[in-house]
Amino acid sequence: MDFLFYMGDVFTPINFGLLLLGTIGGLILGATPGLSPTMTVALMIPFTFKLEPQQGLILLGAAYTSTVAGGAVSAILLKIPGAPANIATTLDGHTMAQKGQGAKALQLSFIASAIGGLFGVFLLIFLTPVLAKWALAFGPSELFWLAILGVTVIGTLDSSSVVKGLLSGCIGLWLATIGFDDIMGAQRFIFHSSVSGGINVIPALIGLFAIPQVITMFAKGRKGTDAEIISVKRHPIGAAFREVFARKRALSIGTAIGSIIGLIPGVGGQIAGLVAYDQSKKISPESAKFGTGHPEGVIAAESANNAMVGPSLVPLLTLSIPGSPTAAVLLGGLLIHGIFPGPTLFTQYPQVVWPFINSMLIGQILMCVFGLLIAGWAANVARVPPAVMAAVVLGLAVFGSYSVQHSMGDVYVMMALGLAMFFLERFGFSAAPLVLGLILGPIAEANFMQGAMIANATVGQMAYFFTGWLNWLLIVIVVVSIGYSIWMELRQRRYTTKEDATA
Amino acid sequence: MTDLPRTQHIVASGLIAGVGLSVAYVSFTQEPAGAFVFPRLISSVFAVLAIWTFIKALLGRTKVGAGISGTEMRNMAPGLAIAIIYIFWAAKALGFYTATTLTFFILLTLYDPAPHGDARTWIKRVLITAGFMAVMYGLFALLLNVFTPKEIFS
Repeated sequence: MDFLFYMGDVFTPINFGLLLLGTIGGLILGATPGLSPTMTVALMIPFTFKLEPQQGLILLGAAYTSTVAGGAVSAILLKIPGAPANIATTLDGHTMAQKGQGAKALQLSFIASAIGGLFGVFLLIFLTPVLAKWALAFGPSELFWLAILGVTVIGTLDSSSVVKGLLSGCIGLWLATIGFDDIMGAQRFIFHSSVSGGINVIPALIGLFAIPQVITMFAKGRKGTDAEIISVKRHPIGAAFREVFARKRALSIGTAIGSIIGLIPGVGGQIAGLVAYDQSKKISPESAKFGTGHPEGVIAAESANNAMVGPSLVPLLTLSIPGSPTAAVLLGGLLIHGIFPGPTLFTQYPQVVWPFINSMLIGQILMCVFGLLIAGWAANVARVPPAVMAAVVLGLAVFGSYSVQHSMGDVYVMMALGLAMFFLERFGFSAAPLVLGLILGPIAEANFMQGAMIANATVGQMAYFFTGWLNWLLIVIVVVSIGYSIWMELRQRRYTTKEDATA
Repeated sequence: MTDLPRTQHIVASGLIAGVGLSVAYVSFTQEPAGAFVFPRLISSVFAVLAIWTFIKALLGRTKVGAGISGTEMRNMAPGLAIAIIYIFWAAKALGFYTATTLTFFILLTLYDPAPHGDARTWIKRVLITAGFMAVMYGLFALLLNVFTPKEIFS
């Protein structure tokens, strides 16, 4: 019950103020189509430099939680999901809004999000210390395989092409080797003075997530948001609470599926929402009503996409393996404060990690309260023309990257990586494995070199890296995740080919 | 797959294969060898996967990635050109705040769907730019104390 001991830290004036700021800001930014939670958190990292680690993480955690929930506002009122995690919410949420039940849909979505989110954070609270103790047994070989696992799982599960996903991961791992070698001090791949100190993770994250979005907005040309915001009529909040608890099946399916999916690295909120929606529809006796503005559709989707937030941080905090792109960005936020997550995080930095987790717990409640208060107003943000959004994001990306080390080199790296990522995305590559490669590269290399030295002095490299049940378990998971993704890709292709043939 | 994306896929995967092979070449030829053990491991996989992707593109078997259409290229070209000039030249030469103000206003003018002939549109654009720059100055100069390159007008 360590978390209760640190609960008071959340309520200090500065911490609580930052929690409120992150929650309200996240709700508004989340409602803006095109600003994904990952990009929002990446753009916010530079603002945490001046803060204490505890305060910075509280701000980032609150933004992460509330951008996911805020995306429901534009999904319901405009049929434009604020984030991929809210795609399933549009199916019934927007139909409810069209029927004049917009306020009810918003209330259901925020209440379900808060309940799912609370369950997910409790899972994080109780699961993380247990896993962290277990992870203390990990040596260099296991940590090396774990880093490779992080890159391959995200590379294969998060990408539409296994080969391109793995290739993205390799590019990220290579980018991580640029600069000076830690052991021998030798220069590696320094082709420009901007990268002489290696690639700084924060400008890289900002570039990889923000710049492709800016260019995508440019690619749409002179276009406004022609979506019409549906006006919201009043709906009693008590009735919404009663409705959510009356529809226990959808709520529990969404919460359970979201929590489980959150624990699997690389799967993410989009899948959580869609799987929960699909399963609720299959199990519900009112399955015919799904898609016609059924409250259970909104409850299942929203409880799932917020339930995955807490569990997605479990691998990050215990094993330093980010389970999602947003978790990778949060890892960047920890690293800039000199905190390296892993098994010893809870013993070395309990004053940072517990208030952070607790703030996510309180943040779920604040997110529900403020979501209900400002939802109708926040939808107007979605009317901001893409031109303004593109210019704002570009400006923030430049200032944010520069402020990391007061270096123009970081700004050049940010733009170069962002530009490259835009084109790579258009050819089927994904940013998530590249980011994971970039972040996990130093962990993989340090443990590989350390393991190689131990191996050379003892049993030899093959025996060291390929013996022990834990090594084999990790290798098997790597192979299974690649094999499963290839099988799924081939199956989907066969399916598509058959459809093409019969069309 | 139409011809344009196929050509684009060949060019893109060819470039990636080129990078992969260059990385592998540097990894296996540079000294001290001890510093390149991990890059050799990575670059071997990188090069193999990149060549695989390139061959698939050559054979027209690429299934993922729609490429970039002509319309998209035309739409994004001016914005991209301005963003590149802003970042790689103007930010340092003119100063961050001057360059950002100009870039913000130009991008708004280029991509805002509001009619250019209406005076209110221009007033709105000026006000949005001024508001944004005030927020940026407040956040970065006053709150975070970020020292940016010298402004041309200062």
